[in-house]
Amino acid sequence: MARPRIAVHKFSSCDGCQLAFLNLGEALLELSEQVEILHFLEAGMNDPATPVDIAFVEGSLSTPDELERIQQVRANSRYLVTLGACATSGGLQALRNLEGRHDEWRDAIYAQPEYIQTLKEVRPIASAVKVDLELWGCPVNSDQVLAAVRALLFGVSPVDDRDRVCLECKRQQAVCVMVTQGRPCMGPVTRTGCGALCPRFGRDCYGCFGPSETAQTDTLAQRFAGLGLVPDAIARRFLMINSQAPAFLQTGRVFFHTPAGDQDD
Amino acid sequence: MLTQEQHYMPRTGMVTLLTELQQRGYEVIGPGVQDGAIVFHPLTQVDSLPQGIEQTQQPGHYRLHQTESARYFSWANGPQALKPLTFAPRETLWRSEQNADGSLRFTETLADRSLTAVIGIRGCDLAALALQEQHFAEDPYYRQRRANLLLIAVDCSHPADTCFCASTGDGPGADRGYDIALTELDDGYLVRANSEPGKAVLAALPLEAASQKHLEQADDQHRHARQQQRQLPRFDPERLIHQGQSAVWEAVADRCLSCGNCTSVCPSCFCFSEQEVPELDGQTSSHQRQWDSCFSEGHSYIHGHRFRPDTRGRYRQWLTHKFGSWVEQYGRSGCTGCGRCISWCPVGIDPLEILEQLGQEGTDE
Ligand code: SF4
Ligand code: SF4
Ligand code: SF4
Ligand code: SF4
Repeated sequence: MARPRIAVHKFSSCDGCQLAFLNLGEALLELSEQVEILHFLEAGMNDPATPVDIAFVEGSLSTPDELERIQQVRANSRYLVTLGACATSGGLQALRNLEGRHDEWRDAIYAQPEYIQTLKEVRPIASAVKVDLELWGCPVNSDQVLAAVRALLFGVSPVDDRDRVCLECKRQQAVCVMVTQGRPCMGPVTRTGCGALCPRFGRDCYGCFGPSETAQTDTLAQRFAGLGLVPDAIARRFLMINSQAPAFLQTGRVFFHTPAGDQDD
Repeated sequence: MLTQEQHYMPRTGMVTLLTELQQRGYEVIGPGVQDGAIVFHPLTQVDSLPQGIEQTQQPGHYRLHQTESARYFSWANGPQALKPLTFAPRETLWRSEQNADGSLRFTETLADRSLTAVIGIRGCDLAALALQEQHFAEDPYYRQRRANLLLIAVDCSHPADTCFCASTGDGPGADRGYDIALTELDDGYLVRANSEPGKAVLAALPLEAASQKHLEQADDQHRHARQQQRQLPRFDPERLIHQGQSAVWEAVADRCLSCGNCTSVCPSCFCFSEQEVPELDGQTSSHQRQWDSCFSEGHSYIHGHRFRPDTRGRYRQWLTHKFGSWVEQYGRSGCTGCGRCISWCPVGIDPLEILEQLGQEGTDE
């Protein structure tokens, strides 16, 4: 049987998720025995237009050119898997959607704004093409990537674990930072996948894996208020890496201070 | 109440106890402060016991304080119970491997476990262990872990404001299920043994006869510890399951995060999910189980349907199982009054308040 063909595509992103792939080390060598990696710029393979079985897509859609390119990627692949927060929900760069001042900012930042061609709003991959599997995280967890590849090689649906970080936090026997330190932890509404990394190091989860199933975001926001967070600080908890994920956006918006007359710091 | 013979051991005897356990080949697990909480971890020296540490516990709130006291056990329990030691948060049950001819080979993963002595277990957790004992009676993984445990209990002298073990009948003293139990006093310990291995360890300790003064101090302390702030309210366990339409569930669902922390810290909750974790080569695979909770979506998933899609149904499952149908299942409530689900709920929901409201309401019909 021919080895399944794989491509890793980059859109607007920091390359961190591709790095998570590269950092697999030995597992990557093993993987390359199972599959044929044809396009993966970060690893030096360059053949973006080749048809593949699985296309991993890192990054969001933030330029007109990317809107076209993602159509080609989709047309050339059997399975399309988004790799990380940018591809799945828009990522950090989608923070610009919140203010709606794209042109104004572009003109203020760049010396020659006429050379900049960007979309007014950053969009996740699924807003333009059909996505078969979404892998969340900033960056993705390499084990989840491998598990997804393994499942696709077996021809079964990858497990879509939408449980919240708290469950894993307790399995890891981490001490709850909300209860012992009053920190505004996003774990109760955030999808598992990181192994409760932040709470294990004594800090509050900041939601980089996006919303869990039945995310009770309004309830958590009320709790943050009870812990003494001002509205703007609450908004920042929800409107960060996955600001465009609907559950986070909806709650974050309630506390988000509209900019008119605001001081920029 | 106590039928075993009581001895007195000065505080310095703790060093002898630890050394004796180590010499007998036990890995010793004991309490210590980590990340702002009392947790159980490997104990190699008496110095790392949480001397003088006391605590404040409120719904959704837990803080430790350092005091001048020389006591090692002047706190009520932290987030962990014995549970992680008997029912692992995640473990491999078996491995499978594909042979050259395509057939499968299964391998047991029961490994030999070392003898483990746990110091500092409380009455509520011993009672929860007895509940686990029923549930996991036929489970080889549980059995193997349990068989290697030597339990050294300590009577609770400083219950938290979230504790209500006196009203469930499971504390604050350690009455049963231990090998050795200690009552911590100002200058030392009353010590009693409840098993042959326990007696054997006791024989090596620097024990004296307990004086009348020590016995009286212990009695006083015990009486004091029984005066807890919280109590199990009046409700009818048999009726809970027939109160599914109560407005109480709707109200609590508005406050609950469905996060499952309450079930994770509960010493008697036993739910788990299982998953297959294949190696990348596709030839071998581990079958794992991990703690699950009735607050997860997978818990009520039966092919093609989620029976409890929302928080209302999930909270109802937790409370009616723990305090209601558990009685039918195992002859008593699943709650031993440890108060963990109150302290460790990130939004501070107190199930006793919900039970009280339900106790005052009628059934659906
Ligand atoms: S630290 Fe955060 S993730 Fe962990 S249990 Fe507490 S709220 Fe949940
Ligand atoms: S229900 Fe709550 S108080 Fe009762 S045993 Fe479980 S965690 Fe402890
Ligand atoms: S169903 Fe819920 S309450 Fe009952 S044992 Fe499982 S997790 Fe605990
Ligand atoms: S009662 Fe508290 S700990 Fe339990 S699921 Fe709800 S919010 Fe989480």
